[in-house]
Amino acid sequence: MSAPALAKDLLGIEHLSAEQIRLVLDTAEPFKEVSERAIKKVPTLRGKTIVNLFYESSTRTRTSFEFAEKRLSADTVNIAASGSSIEKGENLVDTARNLEAMRIDMVVIRHPASGAAEFLAKRIRSNVINAGDGMHEHPTQAFLDLLTIRDRLGKIEGAKVCICGDILHSRVARSNIWGLLKLGAEVAVCGPRSLLPRGIESLGVRVFRRIDEAIQWADVLNVLRLQLERMQAGFIPSLREYNRVFGVTVERLARAPRKTLILHPGPMNRGVEIDSLVADGPQSVILDQVTNGVAVRMAVLYLLAGGNPERAEAAKGGAE
Amino acid sequence: MKPIVLRGARVIDPSQSHDGVTDVLIEDGKIAAFGRGATRDGAEVIDVSGKVVTPGLIDIHVHLREPGREDVETVATGARAAAAGGFTAVCAMPNTDPVTDNQAAVGFIVKQAEAAGASRVYPIGAISLGSKGQQLAEFGEMVGAGAVAVSDDGKPVVSSHLMRTALEYAQTFGIPVADHCEDPTLFHGGCMHEGVVSARMGLRGIPSASEEIMVARDLLLAELTGGHIHLCHMSTRGSVELIRRAKERGVRVTAEATPHHFTLTDSACLGYNTNAKMNPPLREDPDVAAIRAAIKDGTIDVIASDHAPHHYDAKEREFDDAPFGIVGLETALGLGLTELVRGGVLTLPELVRRMTTEPARVFGLPGGTLKPGSPADVSVFDPEVRWSVDAGAFQSKSRNTPFAGRELWGRVERTIVGGKSVYAR
Repeated sequence: MSAPALAKDLLGIEHLSAEQIRLVLDTAEPFKEVSERAIKKVPTLRGKTIVNLFYESSTRTRTSFEFAEKRLSADTVNIAASGSSIEKGENLVDTARNLEAMRIDMVVIRHPASGAAEFLAKRIRSNVINAGDGMHEHPTQAFLDLLTIRDRLGKIEGAKVCICGDILHSRVARSNIWGLLKLGAEVAVCGPRSLLPRGIESLGVRVFRRIDEAIQWADVLNVLRLQLERMQAGFIPSLREYNRVFGVTVERLARAPRKTLILHPGPMNRGVEIDSLVADGPQSVILDQVTNGVAVRMAVLYLLAGGNPERAEAAKGGAE
Repeated sequence: MKPIVLRGARVIDPSQSHDGVTDVLIEDGKIAAFGRGATRDGAEVIDVSGKVVTPGLIDIHVHLREPGREDVETVATGARAAAAGGFTAVCAMPNTDPVTDNQAAVGFIVKQAEAAGASRVYPIGAISLGSKGQQLAEFGEMVGAGAVAVSDDGKPVVSSHLMRTALEYAQTFGIPVADHCEDPTLFHGGCMHEGVVSARMGLRGIPSASEEIMVARDLLLAELTGGHIHLCHMSTRGSVELIRRAKERGVRVTAEATPHHFTLTDSACLGYNTNAKMNPPLREDPDVAAIRAAIKDGTIDVIASDHAPHHYDAKEREFDDAPFGIVGLETALGLGLTELVRGGVLTLPELVRRMTTEPARVFGLPGGTLKPGSPADVSVFDPEVRWSVDAGAFQSKSRNTPFAGRELWGRVERTIVGGKSVYAR
């Protein structure tokens, strides 16, 4: 049986099929166990060279990719915008072509401009993995969110998931919306109208104006980080009011008709979009998301490197 | 110079309501006679049967980048691109570096155009010094040096007081004030039309209201002052409706639309195609339909290209960081013939009118007619030839077009300026 392979690059969820998404999630399952071993290393990507090209600061995503690469035995190099030729004004295409001239196999790119990963993918032969491009997509974040929801609810299909907060500027929201819809979830968004893109309903999501309505409806809340800059740019009046009107608090969750699952892609602004008691409480799966992040990234790296999904279990091999 | 007879073409001259096979005699740089059998002893007879002859096309909105960005276009290369596109005259926007905001700068453009010896180039002067939106430029002196209109194009005139003053002061010289309508406080880093496509692509949007707010303001100020406002590159259905109503109540407004705004929608940006990034941005299907209807009914007077050359490197980058604008001189006629005439929106004479007689009227330019005694500015094209856009073959120095590889109807055969062929296939 031939499985639905991924294309050369992973640029986003929008253009993946449900089968391709399930393939990544299923392939991630056997890789979860590798991170639980005493010696967390398998030889799967030995000899492959991977560049982590980060034009934006990142702790979680960069570290997660790096662990995923190292646990698969790839050789990795991290490049950050500061302290590199990017700082000297080199443009993206020149940077990429120079890296490719060193005969690398994959590039993991994080960039502040939407479309940067696709731009790169069209111009180099190496596999490109989008680790977040501007306000566009963050596909591996969606995979880890989907895996976490599936772990807890048993399935995605039919789940009611509300993404809360700054949808307008969020690549996490866009990737999650596509992934959830393709796997048959019901999707809603909730946030101030000034932080929702115009026409969001046409993607097939419902919109809640008030967080309490969202909590009444949802099985899962995926609470997005509210960036301080949004206040300075005039989208909302203050973080204090945001917390009062849209914050996910213990009191609000207590009125939910069911035990709502709480996700957050991090980094959190405790006391703004989410209260500490919620983030640290029993319904929070925020740290499970981080753990799953390594597994889904291992799955993506493995599949793009040409790995056979049916042999993912065997591919783990023995510890080195 | 030997007299020339253009023999046997379908001659379309909206200024004389003429559409039929006839001959045109050109002598001493002027149209000498117009009619069957018009000839002169010793004349060079050019058989153009099967072709269409029109008054020279006029593009009232181009950016020729000289002075300042001679690496992407010069007055000479722009004038040659114009000739290759069938245009005998273009109006050059003043957002050069330095800004064309004084008589010496206007005179420089005139001199460069004369030296080029291709299509005519009429400078447009800036409304404000440095196009900074503060102090009026010297309209009178610029007109004296050859300016035909004023505009701060590329930027809107933010101050309503400045726009009011410009509309009043320009009346002394009988020139229009051309505005790039955009509310800069709604811009907010926008790089394409705000709509479903921008939401999917994660790109910051420029809402239609950004244009319409300024259109509405400009119309009110034109009404207040009695001045002539010319609205550049209209892109939204809302703008069309505002202009239509203003014209009904007698406001002195004229308006233009570009071939890309009557051809493409925001979905051309998919794949982060920076050659579909322009300002105003490509809008939605109902906007394209409204622009087409407005060109048909005269709410939009003129088709203008907004020819905006940019360097390859500038467009070969992240969508957010690429500059706005595309080249248009060498595809404008083909797009008009293909999208509007073959698309069933306009008759051929109606298209010719929007590209000849009307631009001449709107900016008060010589040309736009084949009446005997007029300057012999003539375009000859073959509407039955289909060709594929090859940006590499452009006369323009720049290649930033979303139409590369597109099949278009109607090929320019010959462009005559003042009786001299400045382009011939």
